[in-house]
Amino acid sequence: MPTVKNATALEKLSSPESLEALRKDIQARSRQTKITVTMCGGTGCCASRAQDVMDALRSEIKKNRLEYDVRVRITGCHGFCEQGPLMIIDPGNVFYCRLKPEHAADIVSRTLAGGEVIEDLLYTDPVTGRKARTESAIPFYRAQDRQLLSLNKLVDPLCIEDYIGAGGYAALAKALSGMTPAAVLEQVKKSGLRGRGGGGYPTAKKWAECADAPGEEKFVICNADEGDPGAYMDRCLLEGNPHLVLEGMALGALAIGAQHGYIYVRNEYPLAVRHARAAVESARAAGLLGGNILGSEFSFDVDIARGGGAFVCGESTALIASLEGKVGEPRPKDVHTVVQGLWDKPTTLNNVETWANVPSIITNGGAWFASKGTKGSKGTKIFALTGRVKNTGLVEVPMGTSLRTIVFDIGGGAPEGREIKAVQTGGPSGGCLPLSMFDMPVDFDALREAGSMVGSGGIVVMDDKTCMVDVAKYFLTFLRDESCGKCSTCRLGIDRMLEIVTDITEGRGRLEQLDLLTDLADTVAAASLCGLGKTAPNPVLSTLKYFEEEYRAHILEQRCPAGVCRSLIEYSIDAHACTGCGTCARACPHGAISGGKKQPHVLDASLCQKCGICISSCKFGAILVA
Amino acid sequence: MSALTLEPILKGRRSQPHMLIETLLDVQESNGYVSTEDMKIISRELGVPEIEVYRAANFYKALSLKPRGKNVITICAGTACHVRGSNLLSSQIHGLLGIGPGETTADGLFTLEQVNCLGACALGPVVVLNGEYHDHVTPAKLKALILKAGGQEKQAPGKKRTPVKASARKEAAACANGKKRHSSGKALKS
Repeated sequence: MPTVKNATALEKLSSPESLEALRKDIQARSRQTKITVTMCGGTGCCASRAQDVMDALRSEIKKNRLEYDVRVRITGCHGFCEQGPLMIIDPGNVFYCRLKPEHAADIVSRTLAGGEVIEDLLYTDPVTGRKARTESAIPFYRAQDRQLLSLNKLVDPLCIEDYIGAGGYAALAKALSGMTPAAVLEQVKKSGLRGRGGGGYPTAKKWAECADAPGEEKFVICNADEGDPGAYMDRCLLEGNPHLVLEGMALGALAIGAQHGYIYVRNEYPLAVRHARAAVESARAAGLLGGNILGSEFSFDVDIARGGGAFVCGESTALIASLEGKVGEPRPKDVHTVVQGLWDKPTTLNNVETWANVPSIITNGGAWFASKGTKGSKGTKIFALTGRVKNTGLVEVPMGTSLRTIVFDIGGGAPEGREIKAVQTGGPSGGCLPLSMFDMPVDFDALREAGSMVGSGGIVVMDDKTCMVDVAKYFLTFLRDESCGKCSTCRLGIDRMLEIVTDITEGRGRLEQLDLLTDLADTVAAASLCGLGKTAPNPVLSTLKYFEEEYRAHILEQRCPAGVCRSLIEYSIDAHACTGCGTCARACPHGAISGGKKQPHVLDASLCQKCGICISSCKFGAILVA
Repeated sequence: MSALTLEPILKGRRSQPHMLIETLLDVQESNGYVSTEDMKIISRELGVPEIEVYRAANFYKALSLKPRGKNVITICAGTACHVRGSNLLSSQIHGLLGIGPGETTADGLFTLEQVNCLGACALGPVVVLNGEYHDHVTPAKLKALILKAGGQEKQAPGKKRTPVKASARKEAAACANGKKRHSSGKALKS
């Protein structure tokens, strides 16, 4: 590629001025590029065969001898994973989606060489049927305010020049040319930034406590152990724009007086691990990490550590134990980690998204950040919108946006004309909120008051095919497996709660168990040490609060309204609807369906495991659930 | 692994107890599991009591103390995948191969693992087969993947057919070829 990518290796930058000169140089070179094809190479698009599309595209470009005019930029996640693989072609910002390798020839000959927009590859609005030519014309993107996510498409995560060209490390340079640590802290305080990892603790307060803590040696940690199922914005940020996170950490370290940082990243995110490692190396080479950054007195370096797949390690003290090479168990927090953290030194731990917000706060000022959001929750927040909704993906909106806007305007509502009945926010620590509460503004305080929490920002949409008792059971099973076992209330309490909920889903429930469930929940919340135990009862309490009638239907009528709980449903085949195609009989892994060719099939209830595979295979709706 | 083959992993980490988890993860990655022998060596070289090494290896889900099968099937059991029916997939595997999460088939061909979230929630249910990500997986797609990887259907109690019917194999092959899914979390060439 003829662009900045292969520009001479970066020399160590010795001053803020040399960074600015480099930025100008990079931008000038970028302008030389006639056409830039940006392809999403995030985990999501890769699962949708993006690599094949890229390979095909490259070979077509070569065939058409366009190598010198076209730069193919592979970036991190663009957030609209549902439509992947995605491509943006500049000039024109033409947005193509759902690409296949066989499209490559057309894209190169017609769009890149001919400047023509291929209608078939554009996004079609499922509601209006209209084609959208650019990202900004798509409702999913239009209703968002993508302060952090929009950077992803400008940056190849393996290319520090891209990040610098897009204005990267300017905040660090600004802070190093004349701002005192206290001034950096002051801007963060003004911004009202609160921790994006779940707790919502004011970031500046945490930093100030750490800065004031006695001791010369201090640490900053980036928590990228995004264990909450249903949330993946941290993966997206670290994978797509690792330098943004590093710059945020460097600014934090400057404010606090830390010399060393760690990024603790989930091993389940191999791409994020690789990109973070590469980013650290290239930042070191450029003199943006290491000794005397940009010629200043400030020295700061970062190491990457991988997690071992334990949910509890998202908790600060457990994470620190894991970083020290120990079993990830939390400890009491009577002395906070800001005073005694990693190796008993003052440590500031923030999550990926929190760090990623810092550079723009320093560049634009705290007041700019505080101008977005609600009274108590400032700025924008990334949510992972998933589950039974049309447009799944990452959504960045100002704090205080209503659930209705997120689920219906951006998410497009439920697929197949189903009815949305609830959302689950905040992962296993959060709760379920019913449709009647969708007008509530989403911020830290409103959600907590409603019995849920922002958590790390997962929003899982549920429709009438989702059983809320089963959801409670799912989270209890999850939490039972992930409880480290240190506190007996968490270890045993969750187990007993799961026992009761399992009884209810299997038709053995009794009404008085509901009170016992509430009692147990209160005890677990009150007497557990860390956030995992303290918030573990939320999924049960919130479903009990808003969906008690579903619990009652299970107990009193032995009925699962959503048709999910296996013990309470029976499968059968509608002989009139069955065409005898045999698909279900072949699909059934348990051999419970039999029948002759073109004859109505029969289902043997004694063999049926009620797994539902036949339902998903039958095209005629002949499998009945009662 | 012998001390010699562990050398590249241990290099630069000796006498640094805090490198324990990183070391164990690297051993897991290169060998598929952490053996008793490996734990002994790591204990000695990093300066960590053997019981602490064992405790860590036992505690972290990413580490396995038993050898895994030739093919590792990872089913995402995150909330988003759960709501979209990932439990059907576990059921399919149990029906086809007779194994549950954490188990390996008797012939050593398949290991089933369940993880809490792979962070590809928009594409659920997600299955990773030997490092390749597959999106929107249905029980039928999963069956095709398993047959392609060399799996044989366990004789289901109600069926009187031998492991895999010729027609089913053909169907699976067609499905697997036509809708070949690949690529992956592997490095992107840029």
